Amino acid sequence: MSEQAVLYDAPGPKAKRRTLIGTAAAVVFIAGLVYVVISRLAERDQFAGAKWSPLLNPADEDFSLVWEVIAAGLVNTLKAAALAMVLSVVLGTLIAVARLSLGKTGRIPLIGLVELLRGLPVVIMIYFAVRVLPDVGVDLSFLPGGGVLWGLVIGLTAYNMVIFAEVVRAGVLSLPRGQREAALATGLTSGQTMRLVLLPQAFRVMLPAIISQLVVVLKDTSLITFVGNYEDLLGNGENIVQNLDNPIQTFTVIALIYIAINYGLSKLAQAIQRRQARAGRSAAERVEVQTTTTTGA
Amino acid sequence: MEAVTENLDLYLDGFLTSLRICLIAMVGSLVLGTVLAAFRVSPVPPLRAFGTFWVNTFRNTPLSVVLFFCAFGLPEIGINRSFFFFGVLGLVIYTSAFVCEAIRSGINSVSAGQAEAARSVGLGFTQSLRFVVLPQALRTVVPPLGSVIIAMFKNSAVVGAFGVGGDLYSTGNTLTSARGFETLPVFVGVAIGYLAITLPAGALLQVIERKVAIIR
Repeated sequence: MSEQAVLYDAPGPKAKRRTLIGTAAAVVFIAGLVYVVISRLAERDQFAGAKWSPLLNPADEDFSLVWEVIAAGLVNTLKAAALAMVLSVVLGTLIAVARLSLGKTGRIPLIGLVELLRGLPVVIMIYFAVRVLPDVGVDLSFLPGGGVLWGLVIGLTAYNMVIFAEVVRAGVLSLPRGQREAALATGLTSGQTMRLVLLPQAFRVMLPAIISQLVVVLKDTSLITFVGNYEDLLGNGENIVQNLDNPIQTFTVIALIYIAINYGLSKLAQAIQRRQARAGRSAAERVEVQTTTTTGA
Repeated sequence: MEAVTENLDLYLDGFLTSLRICLIAMVGSLVLGTVLAAFRVSPVPPLRAFGTFWVNTFRNTPLSVVLFFCAFGLPEIGINRSFFFFGVLGLVIYTSAFVCEAIRSGINSVSAGQAEAARSVGLGFTQSLRFVVLPQALRTVVPPLGSVIIAMFKNSAVVGAFGVGGDLYSTGNTLTSARGFETLPVFVGVAIGYLAITLPAGALLQVIERKVAIIR
């Protein structure tokens, strides 16, 4: 309750009674809602064994095949997300360093690029990378994993690298000025200062932001479903639905997998953030402001 | 570039449909998100739990999965509506989780001393909320809420890709697949359509941000 204490005083006997009544009313309301949903599902035979058992019953003949397909989809999703993540962090860092070290006029094209890429929907960028690139003669299918995977990775990277560039920039700028001054005073070149002193510290501050962005990247991999043929988690889920005709059940399982991974990552990011806040890194706070608004698709 | 210039009217239709999706979803998600935020800061535990459940579920699920649920799951339990309805519904549900978090963090960012001071000079609950807490909270909420809404406009492309029909993304899809125009010029046109909204909106948001910024 301490978190919400800003709005009201510690409750007295009257307020406690009111809260109790409110609690009872809310419980009744939510229970009613759950009842309506469940009875509706039951009415339409959504709890029928045929719909669930391929997903839940190991004895079902389709069980192992279904989970093989789901696992393969999950691996493909993680593969695309990991590649996109690594590339975006590397390219984002390069953009940030360039933007920090270039003069006022040199910065302008970079700022233009950042604004352009941030203003476009991810799904459009994935479309560009998967469909438009082959049409203009850029063939990626020689790469391991196939052209669609790399198209997806390029689309995701184009979108996320500029976000990382901003995160890295904020991270470097949040460091005390003395760090850079001291590094330069000991005779390091400005390149060495960036590489050996500023970036390593900035990355520590940014770690929660990087993990939160991983959630966004992971969710965005599912957009490939609308653009090309890549057997990711959602795409394979659709395949199962087409064969077993159980959209509610299969999509529930798929959603739960996404939620489990992303919830775990969010909690991890929060835990690291809290640890850094305890260690008195006020800079972590400043970077957080940026990450809380990353919506993703 | 003839692909774009020849079909300007189609692009304009698509642009307006995207805007329409966005306006409806904006109103819907702002209302739903505010209600959820009220749940999350209320003193009633089950409401708080419900709000937390909602946010954790929909913030961690891809929008595409939410859309699939709406469009293929809901008809299974007897809710039959147009794809447009399901698309907007999915976008509202997804975005409401982010709106809720933006508003809640705004309220929490007002330091406890402010409300304590308000109460100690004799303001009641509504008065301290209206004159002290909300004016500060709203200023903090504006920038993140603005980014959420801009992100929602970009996400309307996902709703379009999902097959609502007639929005900017679908227009591009129709032109390339059904009419055989080349993908590059067609989608450059589509991209310009999105940038025409997101760039000015982003700039406007920065101006507002500077205007409402308060020093803590």
